[in-house]
Amino acid sequence: MEMKNRWIALYVENQVGVLAKVSGLFSGKSYNLQSLTVGTTEHEDVSRMTICVMSDDITFEQIKKQLNCMVEVIKVIDLTNVPLHMKEILFAKIKGLDGAGKEEVFRIAQVFNINNGNVKIADIGEDSVLLECTLTEHRNNDLIALLKKQFKGRVEIVRGGAVAVEAISTSCR
Amino acid sequence: MDITGRKLFVKALQEEGVDTIFAYPGGMVTDIVDELYKQDSIHVVLPRHEQALVHEAEGYARATGKVGVCLVTSGPGATNTITGIADAHYDSIPLVIFTGQVPQNLIGNDAFQEVDIVGMTRSITKYGVTVRDRKDLGRIIKMAFYIAQTGKPGPVLIDIPKDIQTQAGPAVYPERVDIRGYKPNETVHIGQLKKAYKLLKQAKQPLILAGGGVNISGAGELLTAFAEKMRVPVVTTVMGKGAIPTDHPLYVGNSGMHGRYAANKAVSECDVLFSVGTRFNDRITGDLNEFAPKAKIVHLDIDAASISRNVVVDVPVVSDACIALERLVEWAEPKNTDKWIGRIAAWEEENPLEMRRDKGLSPQMIMETINTTFPQGIVVTDVGQHQMWATQYITMPRGKQMITSGGLGTMGFGFPAAIGAKLGAPDKDVVCITGDGGMQMNMQEMATAICEKTPLTICILNNYYLGMVRQMQQLFYGKRYEITCLRRNVDCPDNCKGPNAACPPYVPDFVAWAQSYGAHGVRVTTEEEAREALQQAKERTDAPTVIEFMIATEELVLPMVKSGNPMSEMILK
Repeated sequence: MEMKNRWIALYVENQVGVLAKVSGLFSGKSYNLQSLTVGTTEHEDVSRMTICVMSDDITFEQIKKQLNCMVEVIKVIDLTNVPLHMKEILFAKIKGLDGAGKEEVFRIAQVFNINNGNVKIADIGEDSVLLECTLTEHRNNDLIALLKKQFKGRVEIVRGGAVAVEAISTSCR
Repeated sequence: MDITGRKLFVKALQEEGVDTIFAYPGGMVTDIVDELYKQDSIHVVLPRHEQALVHEAEGYARATGKVGVCLVTSGPGATNTITGIADAHYDSIPLVIFTGQVPQNLIGNDAFQEVDIVGMTRSITKYGVTVRDRKDLGRIIKMAFYIAQTGKPGPVLIDIPKDIQTQAGPAVYPERVDIRGYKPNETVHIGQLKKAYKLLKQAKQPLILAGGGVNISGAGELLTAFAEKMRVPVVTTVMGKGAIPTDHPLYVGNSGMHGRYAANKAVSECDVLFSVGTRFNDRITGDLNEFAPKAKIVHLDIDAASISRNVVVDVPVVSDACIALERLVEWAEPKNTDKWIGRIAAWEEENPLEMRRDKGLSPQMIMETINTTFPQGIVVTDVGQHQMWATQYITMPRGKQMITSGGLGTMGFGFPAAIGAKLGAPDKDVVCITGDGGMQMNMQEMATAICEKTPLTICILNNYYLGMVRQMQQLFYGKRYEITCLRRNVDCPDNCKGPNAACPPYVPDFVAWAQSYGAHGVRVTTEEEAREALQQAKERTDAPTVIEFMIATEELVLPMVKSGNPMSEMILK
C-alpha cells in the first residue's frame, strides 16, 4: 500500500476543545499527522484547518470518515487530487556567517526566489541572516535541506505548517 | 422571566420525559441536587459508586430504549464515571452524563476537585462540552439528548460549572436543535442496497451475520423475516445474540472467539457474508487475512467509519438496520439453500456445543436451568467465562433480552447493569449472571439494590478463579496461575500449579455477605438445588437473591480460537 502525503481541509466549529479533539484523533488512533494549521474563516464561528497526513489509501479513507463523525466537524474536503494554492511560511536564521557565507545565503535566496519572489531577507546582523520564505511545503523542504548542508549546525528553522485553498478555476466549475 | 441554571436543568429533564436519574452528590452538584429534592416526576437513584452508577444507567437504557441519565460531581465523581462511559461508547448505549464543575473563575487553578473531564473523555464520548455561558445551557442539554439517541447511539457528557447552575438566564428549553456538523443518516442508498441484495440472491452458500446494531435498531423481527423469506442461515455476534430466536431453524449460533463450531465453519465456508450492524471486531474475525476467505462481504452499518475499517468489504451500505431491512424484506425471494443448510447441520453434528456432565454442576446445566426458570425477561451478564457460557447456552426467544458488556469487556458491569435494567423494566424478571471475580468489582451496589427494592436473581458462578485469564494460563502458560486464584493468600507456596487440599478458604462468603445486606443468599452444588434456588428467587418480590453456584475449578470455555488465529482453528477439547 502506497504511503504518501495527503491533504484535507476541515471546516470546524470555532470552539474551545475542537483542536484538541481533532489532534487527539490522530494520536489516539496512531495516524501519522504531518502538519496541521488552523485559523478562523470569513465566518467567525467557523475555523478551517489544513491537515497533512502520511498514510495509505485505506487509512486515509478511515481518517476522513472518523473526522466526519465528529459533531464539531462541519465539512471534510479531500484536497489530495484538487488543484490548489498551497503555501507555508518559513523563517530560516543562518548564524556564524562571514562575508562569503552571507553572499552564499543571498545567492541561495535569489535562486529560490526566481519564480515568484517569495524568499526575502527579513533581517540581517553582523554575522547572521534571517530569511522569510513563503513557498510550498515541498520547496521549503528543499531550501532547508540545502541550508543545513551548506551551513551545518548554524541554521535555526521555524516553520508554520502549510495552508491550502482550492484554485479558482476549480471553485468556479 | 429568567430562571436559574439549576431550575432549567430540572425543567429540561422533565421535558425530555426523564423518569429516572442516577445521581451521586458532591460539592459541585449540590444546587442541582437541591432542585431534584423539590420535584417528584423524576425518580432519583443513589448508587454507591460512580462507575456502577453509569453501568446502572446503561442497564436502564438498554432495558427501556430510552436515554440513561447520570449526574455526578466534579473531580473524582467525574473520573469514576470514565470506565462506564467507555463501556457505553463501545456498545453504543445512549447516555447523557452531567458532571458538576468548579466555578469558571477557578477552572485552571487546580481547584479542589477540579479535573478536565471533557478532555479526559474526548475519545470515549460521542460529544462532550463544558457549558461556559448560562444562555447556552438549554440548547446544550437539548443537543445532548438529541445526539445521544440518534444515529449510532452513544454517551454525551455535559460539564456544568457551579456558577452556571446558580446564574439566572433564559427559561426556554428548545423543542428542537439544528446541528450543522451532525446529520444522522435516516435513509438508505437504494442502489447500494440492491447491489447487496443481488449478491446475496446469487450466492450458493449465503450467510447472514447479525451484530448488536440489529438489536439496537429493533430490527430483529425484520431480520428474521428476511432470513426466512430467502432461506439464509444466520450467525450472530455476542452483541447480536437474540436478533433471531435461538430456537429458529435458520439460526446456527454465535460466531467468533468462543463461537459455535458450526457457526465459525459457516463463516469460513460461505460465499456471501451478509453482515448487518457489526464492526468486525477482532473477537469476531480472528486473523483478518483468513476471515471468511471464500466470501464476498456485504457490510450494512449505520456508522460509515465502521465500514472497510477491519475487513475490506465488497458492498458497503450505510444505513440503520431497520430502514434497510424493511426494503430487503419487500424484495426477498425464496432461494434453494437446502444443500448448504445440510452442510451446516453436519458441522453441528460433528462438534455440537456441549459440556461434560460428569464434573458436578456444569455451567451448561446452570444455563439450562436458568433457561427453564426464566424463559423470558432480561439476562444481564458480567464479563468472563460465565459471560461466554451465557452467550453460548442462554436461549433467546423473541422478547427476551440479553445485556452484556461486549466491546469494552468491563468486569463489574453485570450487577449494576442488572439493577438498572430492573429499574427500567420492573415487570420483567431480571437475572444477573456473574462470576466470583466480576461480582467483587461492584458488590457495594447491593445497598442500591436493597434500597431500591429490586428483586433480582444474581447467579454467581464461583470457580475460585478469574477464570478467563486462568483458562489462558491453563492452555498457553503451563498452568502458572499467577494472580488469578482468588483463594490465594500470603502463606501459599510460590509455585502453586492448581487447587489442592491445603488451599485456604474462599473469601468472601457470598451467602453471608448477601444476608448482611438483607438480601437472600444460597449456595448450590447440584442441579436439583440449583433449580429450587432459581425458582424461589423468581418468586421473591422483596429483595435480591444471591445464588452461589459452585462449579469445577478448571472448567474451560470451548470452543476457543486463540487471539489472532484464524477462526477455522478452533480448540475444541
